[in-house]
Amino acid sequence: MTSEATTEAPPPEKAEKPADDDSFLSHFLRNLWSANTVTVTVLSIVLAMVIGAVLIVVSDSNVLATFGYITARPSDALNGSWQLISTAYADLFKGAVFDPASVSAWMHGTGSWQTAFTPLSETLTYAAPLVFTGLSVALAFRGGLFNIGGQGQAVVGTITAAVAGFTFGLPVVLNLIAALIAGLLGGALWGFIPGILKARTGAHEVITTIMLNYVGILFLGWLILQKGVQAIGRSNAISKAVAPSAQLPSFGGVLRVNLGIVLAVLVTAAVAWLLNRSAFGFELRAVGANPTAARTAGISVAKTYALLMVVAGALAGLGGAIQVLGSTAYALTPQVDATIGFDGLLVALLGRNRPWGTLLAAVLFGALRAGGNLMQVDAQISLELVTVLQALIVIFIAAPALVKSIFQLRAARAARLGTSTAKGW
Amino acid sequence: MANDHIDITVEPGEVHALLGENGAGKSTLMNQLYGLLQPDEGEILVDGVARTFKSPRDAIAAGIGMVHQHFMLVPVFSVAENIALGAEKTRGGPVGWLDRRRARREVLEVSERYGLPVDPDALIENLPVGAQQRVEIVKALTRDVDLLILDEPTAVLTPQETDDLLAVMRGLSDSGKSIVFITHKLKEVKAIADRITVIRRGRTVAVATPDTPEEELATLMVGRAVNLEVDKTPAEPGREVLKISGLIVDDDRGVRAVDGVDLVVRAGEVLGIAGVQGNGQTELVEAVMGLRLPLAGSILVDNESLLGMSTKRILRSGIGYIPEDRSLDGVIKEFSVAENLVLDTYDRPPYGNAFRLDPGAIARSARERVEQFDIRTQSPDSAVSTLSGGNQQKVVVAREMSRPLRLFIASQPTRGVDVGSIEFIHDRIVHERDVGTAVLVVSSELDEVVGLADRIAVMYRGRVLAVVSPDTPREELGLLMAGITGDAPAGQIEAVEVDVAEIDVAEVEVAEVDVAEVDVAEADAGETEEGTT
Repeated sequence: MTSEATTEAPPPEKAEKPADDDSFLSHFLRNLWSANTVTVTVLSIVLAMVIGAVLIVVSDSNVLATFGYITARPSDALNGSWQLISTAYADLFKGAVFDPASVSAWMHGTGSWQTAFTPLSETLTYAAPLVFTGLSVALAFRGGLFNIGGQGQAVVGTITAAVAGFTFGLPVVLNLIAALIAGLLGGALWGFIPGILKARTGAHEVITTIMLNYVGILFLGWLILQKGVQAIGRSNAISKAVAPSAQLPSFGGVLRVNLGIVLAVLVTAAVAWLLNRSAFGFELRAVGANPTAARTAGISVAKTYALLMVVAGALAGLGGAIQVLGSTAYALTPQVDATIGFDGLLVALLGRNRPWGTLLAAVLFGALRAGGNLMQVDAQISLELVTVLQALIVIFIAAPALVKSIFQLRAARAARLGTSTAKGW
Repeated sequence: MANDHIDITVEPGEVHALLGENGAGKSTLMNQLYGLLQPDEGEILVDGVARTFKSPRDAIAAGIGMVHQHFMLVPVFSVAENIALGAEKTRGGPVGWLDRRRARREVLEVSERYGLPVDPDALIENLPVGAQQRVEIVKALTRDVDLLILDEPTAVLTPQETDDLLAVMRGLSDSGKSIVFITHKLKEVKAIADRITVIRRGRTVAVATPDTPEEELATLMVGRAVNLEVDKTPAEPGREVLKISGLIVDDDRGVRAVDGVDLVVRAGEVLGIAGVQGNGQTELVEAVMGLRLPLAGSILVDNESLLGMSTKRILRSGIGYIPEDRSLDGVIKEFSVAENLVLDTYDRPPYGNAFRLDPGAIARSARERVEQFDIRTQSPDSAVSTLSGGNQQKVVVAREMSRPLRLFIASQPTRGVDVGSIEFIHDRIVHERDVGTAVLVVSSELDEVVGLADRIAVMYRGRVLAVVSPDTPREELGLLMAGITGDAPAGQIEAVEVDVAEIDVAEVEVAEVDVAEVDVAEADAGETEEGTT
């Protein structure tokens, strides 16, 4: 039937097309407005910001009051809202990318270059651990496993890294390497448990990883209060600080950004290589796409699952290590990891489970977090709004059909625009 | 364009066969009739009145029902619930309780009236495929249809179920229903159809009567004279390569599937395993490939035991394997053609090693093999899911035949494969034999086995009943497949329960139908030009 179509005269609609339709620019524009992943991602962010703007207005009682007499004097309500929203989003930008004021101050010699780069430094500091936990989830996902255990793996990695950091007392470079490896091994162990359970008994990794999250987090809470771990002379839950030689080197001062983000980029490249160029990557993609066919072709599915969870755990554990070795406290607290493991799930989803996509998504999340801090201080808008924005972005990403219909996007010709769904869940 | 000015007329009470190759446009035509697709041009007349169908609901209202090739049933619902689904009767006015009793009664009524035995309370997931199909037919009939479209209904059925279905179709047409029977199997068409419309590349090429010779129908369908034979020279068997003795294997449910099988395959010969599907062939092959652990017995290749070896080592030791279910075990649809071509050699030179792949080498060999095995694909980097079934199978064949082999095992090598590819795959298998490889072919198409094999082992209920020459008359092979050994009727199966006689009577018919199916495949085995890529 296909050959039939080609032997026919060219379809009439082709002839009717305007000639300039083939120009590069219009071609580019048409593709831009088709539903490819980049367009959908950008529009998801825009949509989230629009809804966020509404929330900002609603949560401010002063501005909300002006809406009471909007029919009498609409300018109050509109100006007030505009003022509030623009300040908030301007702060978000200033806190995450750069603040024009401090940049011009630097240019005119009245401010330091450090201050000008502080926002970027903050963004990358927050982003670094998320890159690792995001990669952990993304890699597992490509192998058909839904690793909800990033948080637990990161926590255990944090613990082992910190303990190594204040125990070993090795010389300068070695101490840092030892602490990082300890974090990696701790996470790997926490990934190995669900991996081997899945491989040997078929226990579903979603259940086991969630449970191990609790075990890891509660273990941290217990461990901090133990003698030899708790900071000397402190009664609250905080551990001894990591030795300076085991801390990730940074610029110092206001620039907190440290070696962690460099490691993150290197590890992203390594994961990309692993997925696409390594034998193990081939195996895990095969098992992820069709375990039966992989088994028939001689790939050991059980071994792949176990090894994959070890690698995923190691990545998350490394993220946990970066968190404690690169933060300002350099010590274990019950909240040391915040929610970097769970955020890793969102980052992986936003990054479409691709290594470089995950890196970019982590940077975006880091930027929102860094900007949110300034927004809270300057515009008195709760930091929780950032969490809401993150959640909204992910919701729109997860429902591409919604974004498509809101913006009337044409269906992409080649781009596969599907929701990411886990297998076997 | 899938349909190009097709005319078709179906009379009341007629079984009208729609005959055509895969991709000829049969399903497209019927989907328009059932309201799933809208025609660009032309009209549909029902009882002389022009109708437009925007959805299946309109089609059903006009008295047209359809049973799809892939059933549209909810597995966890009962038969009665599935039949009621979409037209649920309720009682209690606005409260709208489901009237399950009425649904049940309706099912029983219809199944009684047309002789379609279904248990209204059985869960769909527990029913065999044939019974599920009956449920689909009953479902259509409860909607009071006058015209029933059956889309490739026999593709999923065992020979016995096919036989039952043909009887049901005859019964329905006798009671005044019209049936459109979509198929590419010539024997079935000749057995049941009152009229035959042959379509090719979206056009009606002929309206024939059932007394048209099969060769002529095949030629009409394919567009050229077809080659009914597999060309091969007599075998020159050499050493014993594969030696299976006393093999016992259970299936997934723990039921004995292979029950003491002894087989020998020699270098340079094709041993065909014939048998109705589900008689242990699958488990036998899986045991050889290390995918299933045997309970007892030995599997030797060149006097080396395969037991306990991983599938990877078995494949490495010079054994090629075409698994029976291509989309499940054979290819990874999301992967590119190139990646699928190295699915079991990706970690060996020249394609890579235990740590890394060599994309250059993989791409280079993919280009060569796409050429060599005539795989119709846009590029070696296209996902395998974009290929037709026949070309997907060629990917599997190319993968398994591109390394030096001692033993080649092909399970259902041409299932769901278009005619042109069938001929190609058969030629490759014979070629492999000619270079001295031991070949084991398992197929439920008797014709394929007869055409390819130098010796035929007939499997029945987990045992090899006999190893015979391919010149054995079809009738005798059919009887063997039904479990009846020629000279000593009860000899091999005396251990089976007392109801053996009863079973045998039923299954003798099976054998006949098998023979029928065989010829169909033969007729199919001729087409090349239509690359349904």
